[in-house]
Amino acid sequence: MLRFFHQLGSPKHFYRIAGAWIPWLAAACGVLVLYGLYQGMVVAPTDYQQGDSYRIMFIHVPSAWMSLFIYVVMAAAGAIGLIWHMKLAEVIAISSAPIGASFTFLALITGSIWGKPMWGTWWVWDARLTSELILLFLYLGVMALYSAVDDKRTAARAAAILAIVGVVNIPIIHYSVEWWNTLHQGPTVTKFGAPSIDLRMLIPLLVMAVAFKLFYLLVVLMRARVEVLERERNARWVRELVERS
Amino acid sequence: MRAARKKRLYLILLIVAGVGVAAALALNAFNQNLMFFYSPSEVSSGKAPPGHAFRLGGLVTEGSVKRLSNGLTTRFEVTDMDKTVSIEYTGILPDLFREGQGIVAHGKLRGDGVFVADEVLAKHDEKYMPPEVAAALKDSHDKGVAAGAKEAGL
Repeated sequence: MLRFFHQLGSPKHFYRIAGAWIPWLAAACGVLVLYGLYQGMVVAPTDYQQGDSYRIMFIHVPSAWMSLFIYVVMAAAGAIGLIWHMKLAEVIAISSAPIGASFTFLALITGSIWGKPMWGTWWVWDARLTSELILLFLYLGVMALYSAVDDKRTAARAAAILAIVGVVNIPIIHYSVEWWNTLHQGPTVTKFGAPSIDLRMLIPLLVMAVAFKLFYLLVVLMRARVEVLERERNARWVRELVERS
Repeated sequence: MRAARKKRLYLILLIVAGVGVAAALALNAFNQNLMFFYSPSEVSSGKAPPGHAFRLGGLVTEGSVKRLSNGLTTRFEVTDMDKTVSIEYTGILPDLFREGQGIVAHGKLRGDGVFVADEVLAKHDEKYMPPEVAAALKDSHDKGVAAGAKEAGL
C-alpha cells in the first residue's frame, strides 16, 4: 500500500496509473450524470413554490459545492508542494485551478439564470454572491500568476502561496448566509438536523454531486498527465514513450 | 520531519492564521455594511439611514396585499414577527412574491412612515417539497390549530 503511494508520487508511474484509471472514471461519471439528470429533470416532483424552475439546482448546487471543494484541494496540494517540494502535488494544484474556475463560473451563471425569475434580479451584491465572485477571481489569479512566471517550479510556488492565502474566503462563502442578512437562502442539505428537502429531490442532487466529483477527478488526472509530460519532456521515460508511439 | 520542512510548515500555518485573523477583524468592522437589508424592527428603532435609500427585508403579512386604485401600485406590509412596516411599490412583482413569503425591497422611507420601494425582490427559503406534501403539511397544521382551538373551548 505504502509502495503504491510512493510510486504514485513519481511522475512516470503517475502517468501510467492515471492513464489506466481514466476510462473507468469516464464511464462511471457518464452513467451517474445521465442517471442523475434523468432523476432530477424527469422523475423528481415539481416544487410547491417554484414549479419546475427549481430543477436548475441539480446543476447549480453541485457546481457551487465543487467550486469550494476544488479550491481546498488546490490549496492543500499547493501547501504539500511548498513544504515537501513534491512535484506531483504542484502539478495537481495547478491542474485543478481551471476546473475550479469553470465550476465557479457555472455556479454563478446558473444562479443568475434562476435569480431573474425567482428573485426578480440577475445579480445582487449580497455576501454570498460577492464572496463567490471573489472565489472566481482567486482562481483566475492563481492561473494568471502561474502562467506569468517562466520557470514552472517557481511559478507553482508563487501560485500555491496565493491559493493558500485565498483559503480564508472558503468559510466566508459557506457561512455568509448565516452570518449576514443575504438574499441568497440558507443551507438546505449541509445544516444540522434533517435536510429541508423532499427525499425524491435530495437523491438526484446527491447523485449529481458524486458525478461532479468523479468528473473533477477525471479531468484533473487528464490535465495532470499533460502537465507531467510537459515538465518531464527531457526525461528518458518520456522520450521512450514518444518513440514507442 | 527535517528542520527545513518543519519551518516551511510553520510558516504556512502562520500565514493562514494571520490572514484569517485579519479577515475576521475586517469583516467584523464592516459587519453593518455586509448586511444586505434592514429588518422592520431596525427600521422602527431608527437604525436605518434616514433620507437615504436602503433595503428592507421581512415576511409579507398575510392578508395585507392590496392594489391601489390606479391599478399599478401594490401596498403591503412586511413583518419580522415583532414590528411591521408598510411598503408601496409600483411595478411588476417577482414570481415568488406572495403572502407569507420573505421579500427584500429597495427604496426610501416617506414622511408618514410608509416605505416607498423602487425594487422588490423575493427571498426564497431553503425548503424544497412537492405541492402535495406542502398541502398535507398545511392540512395537518390547520387540523392541529382547530383541535387546539376546540380544546381551549372555542
